[in-house]
Amino acid sequence: MRHDHLITSKQLTREDIETILDRAAEIDADPSAVADRHTNTLLGLLFFEPSTRTKMSFETAMKRLGGDVVDMGSVESSSVKKGETLADTVRVIEGYTDALVLRHPKQGSATMASEFVDVPLVNAGDGAGHHPSQTMLDLYTIRENAGLDDLTIGIMGDLKYGRTVHSLAHALTNFDVQQHFISPESLRLPREVVYDLHQEDGGAGIREHESLEEVLASLDVLYVTRIQRERFPDEQEYQKVAGEYQIGSETLEAAGDDLTIMHPLPRVDEIAPEIDETDHAAYFEQAHNGVPVRMALLDLLLSDDEAADRRGGEADE
Amino acid sequence: MSDDHDHHDGDEHELRVSKIRSGTVIDHVRGGQALNVLAILGIDGSEGEEVSVGMNVPSDRLARKDIVKVEGRELSQDEVDVLSLIAPDATINIVRDYEVIEKHRVEPPEIVEGVLSCPNAGCITTSGEPVDSRFEVLEDGVRCDYCGTIVRDEIAALIDT
Repeated sequence: MRHDHLITSKQLTREDIETILDRAAEIDADPSAVADRHTNTLLGLLFFEPSTRTKMSFETAMKRLGGDVVDMGSVESSSVKKGETLADTVRVIEGYTDALVLRHPKQGSATMASEFVDVPLVNAGDGAGHHPSQTMLDLYTIRENAGLDDLTIGIMGDLKYGRTVHSLAHALTNFDVQQHFISPESLRLPREVVYDLHQEDGGAGIREHESLEEVLASLDVLYVTRIQRERFPDEQEYQKVAGEYQIGSETLEAAGDDLTIMHPLPRVDEIAPEIDETDHAAYFEQAHNGVPVRMALLDLLLSDDEAADRRGGEADE
Repeated sequence: MSDDHDHHDGDEHELRVSKIRSGTVIDHVRGGQALNVLAILGIDGSEGEEVSVGMNVPSDRLARKDIVKVEGRELSQDEVDVLSLIAPDATINIVRDYEVIEKHRVEPPEIVEGVLSCPNAGCITTSGEPVDSRFEVLEDGVRCDYCGTIVRDEIAALIDT
């Protein structure tokens, strides 16, 4: 992998993705082999929005590689509260650390931040934009459960605002995948994402639906996302729509035996707890995969950086 | 003088828009876009520029066209290419001592920087950060390099004034 930063999954080729997933598999098989690989390395955590899984798994990943983290803490207690720009914040924290992880509510924030720093920067979510490290653990989970070629996947829920969906859809165009997007009319994929998918794929592998029933039987993987209450004008409308996109035992009667169900979590009531104990459920495994996959990402980005230093700062091409 | 705006369309609008001695004539601007042309070029008269504007004058090539003349300033190709977003048929005439010494069309640039403002309220470029906007020019619109928002219609409304 030859990238200074990880901003969107669009920047990654199939080869890049396979490099990350293969490295994650190696680490997953024997985490102790890399326990001292990045001692004295400090990762800066800049989370301008709440996060549990992403933040904790990056922290765990860095520590399991022998490094440590420094954390900006909450926005409420930081210099941002005093009106500091993001550009200034990242330039300051860059001086303290060897790499940065950024989550920020504005779209394009990671792209902009990366223009102000030299250390590797990972986008951990920029508003409704992208979340490429989540995508890598999603792909890892799909590969483990169903394989990444000759795959039929349904991606369901809030496709408009769901950044994990946007990143995943882009990345999947690198593989032989039929993607079915299932959502209420008001939460369809943004036209920018559809435009990109058509650019990359010609549109052949992409279909949009309003009902899961239309495609459920054909799916190898069903990726469910949460439909948020605040996207709807009133409670009644929300309840009506959200209810149509929930998964319970009855829903799955029409599904294939090998269907893998995924969810980036947190879930509310999109997937009934009774599914958790079935062979379909892969969402907790998916969350656990966040650690080896983020270890692989950090290892590759930090190793690239060191390699670049050794070459006398020549630019990576 | 071979200048299109002086001969091709006849004398009719010469009465309305006087010749310039030296500077730039932007001709064949789509009718009604002249003020946007000035806005996109950042010319508002505050620096004392002598500017003449003709709007909705008859034209053979366009039914109605606008024409903008800026005295004392020769605009470079890079400066005028951004006009292709709102005036794709525009022709640029560089004038010295009443003679057109250079004449060319506008070509769509690959990128426009600091000219348009992203319409996405959730975009980092509209949040008080020290960055100029940057748009990739598509065949049928523009796209924010930061948040990815695509704009196809009403690009003139994005001009950062």
